[in-house]
Amino acid sequence: MTNDRPWLPYALILPSVAFLALLFVVPLVQTVWLALSENGAPSLANIRTMAGDINFARSVQNTFLLALAVIPVQIAIALAMGTLVSKIGAGRETILWIWTIPLGISDLAAGMVWLAILQNTGYLNSLLFGLGLIERQTAWLTYQTPVALFIGIAIAEIWRGTAIVMVIIVAGLNQVPKEFREAAEVFGAGPWTRFWRITLPLIRPALQSALILRTVLAFEVFAVVYALGGRNFPVLVGEAYAWQNQNQNYGVAAAYAVLIMVISLAATLVYLKIVKVDPERLP
Amino acid sequence: MANIVIDRIRKAFGAFEALKEVSLTINDGEFVSLLGPSGCGKTTLLRIIAGLETATAGDIRIGDRSIIGLPPKERGLAMVFQNYAVFPHMTVYENVAFGLRMQKADEARVKKQVEKAAGLLHIEPYLDRYPNKLSGGQRQRVAVARALAVEPKVLLMDEPLSNLDALLRLEMRTELKTVLQAAGTTTIYVTHDQTEAMGLSDRIAVMHGGVVEQVGDPVEIYNHPATRFVGGFIGNPPMNFITVPVERGHVAAGAEQLSVPQGAGDSVVLGLRGEAVALVPREAGLEMQVRVAEPMGSHLLLTGSIQGQPARVVLPPSEAVRSGDVIGLRPDRNRITWLSPESGKSYPPSAA
Repeated sequence: MTNDRPWLPYALILPSVAFLALLFVVPLVQTVWLALSENGAPSLANIRTMAGDINFARSVQNTFLLALAVIPVQIAIALAMGTLVSKIGAGRETILWIWTIPLGISDLAAGMVWLAILQNTGYLNSLLFGLGLIERQTAWLTYQTPVALFIGIAIAEIWRGTAIVMVIIVAGLNQVPKEFREAAEVFGAGPWTRFWRITLPLIRPALQSALILRTVLAFEVFAVVYALGGRNFPVLVGEAYAWQNQNQNYGVAAAYAVLIMVISLAATLVYLKIVKVDPERLP
Repeated sequence: MANIVIDRIRKAFGAFEALKEVSLTINDGEFVSLLGPSGCGKTTLLRIIAGLETATAGDIRIGDRSIIGLPPKERGLAMVFQNYAVFPHMTVYENVAFGLRMQKADEARVKKQVEKAAGLLHIEPYLDRYPNKLSGGQRQRVAVARALAVEPKVLLMDEPLSNLDALLRLEMRTELKTVLQAAGTTTIYVTHDQTEAMGLSDRIAVMHGGVVEQVGDPVEIYNHPATRFVGGFIGNPPMNFITVPVERGHVAAGAEQLSVPQGAGDSVVLGLRGEAVALVPREAGLEMQVRVAEPMGSHLLLTGSIQGQPARVVLPPSEAVRSGDVIGLRPDRNRITWLSPESGKSYPPSAA
């Protein structure tokens, strides 16, 4: 049927392309222009202002450290959860459902939940005091306790963002026929060998998607950090927000936005290169 | 090499009894098929032997050593799966070498064994390739080579040919037989395809509803089914079962009197293979109404009824019988199986 009307497929995708162009490409070009211009002329002034800011180096460092701390833990936990749930027969759906609850909570709300736990009058201090481990309220989330603050933010991020990784990994695990693991078992592979030599290579595509998605999200981390640490723990998106709203300097804010995009793109390319998915080697 | 004793194995999935006390002995070097329709428990039994499933009760011994609590890798067996389960992320070489690598065999032995197995299965040209580049038949060969490379005491095969097309299946069947005869490995082969079981096996265990209905060599099972189920399941067309009245220890088949075994009641089931008859004049034998006559070239297939009960017989292609004819059939006395109409079990052949 499409043979007589070769334009038909293009016509069908036209609305979505137009939609994307209008709401994605146009703002993107505008943002890039905003970042790389001053008073209507091309300029690196915004980039210079950004790079010279007192919080710039710290926000880059914090964002990367957080990504480095959070992503491996999330992948490991998600793999463990996915493997566990694949061994469960009855109640599997319920467990998956409960595990994905954090997905349905907005990141600001997630930040508030952890703030309620970690603030001076929070549940953690009440518990520690109740157990007699501390004598008075202890502050965890100040600029004087950077390590505790970092750990608190990392835990909140892990809690909030692991579910999406798990969903992708469970989908990947479901794609692997159980006969592969059984064959490995019959031929003498123990549980660890089966996991490392059979399961993990076979869920490469899911692993790649999860890593890319999670990394892009990690560089966009904001609300949880803002709720728990404010600007005591500067991150890239937080700085963009501050320049946009408090300093009213849209150019520098745009420069941060472009930097985040470049980092995300670079990370994606790195993953595509490192976690290669060869369609020839898939089931 | 080892014999296998399956001793009163039971397996229940919740309230459902998949296996009800199955016992079977397989001799060293023997090829035994577990044959039955889907849901009969044959695959469950194989998986219990492999250690992929746990039996509810019973024991399995390989060469006098109980393996029932052992993990699969300590059982000394190899398996070929229905969907091959050839690892897609490893080359054919690494696939065949997998079992040896797990045994931490040294490189020289790995190479020697892989080449030997690859040679047996004619897959040397593909050793560097990935399985996705191979056809179903070639992947099947890789799966068999992987199993043979570890020189297992026992080889388990779960419907290994069912995913191949008909022509390839026939070819692989012949080749499997050649390869396995040369290797001399004790083999348990699960299939629902009776021609496969007949063609490959030294002995067949016919399973139905979680029990072994009969164990015997293919010819014995074909000619003397122990139960009505076995007779109906084995052979194409299946055995005819005609319930006939008994008068003074005999059954009348036209002019002929067939003596029935002792212990038979007022009626008995005459089990008759479709080809174990000769065409005779109508009044001289069992009368058959032919509904459809199908000339198949190699034989003539007749479908109709004998004494009002459905029947299928096979005659030489030269016989001139047409749809709608009424013919007489003389059963070959030596090839009749008498069965009890109540229990569905056959009377021992010697009693007839």
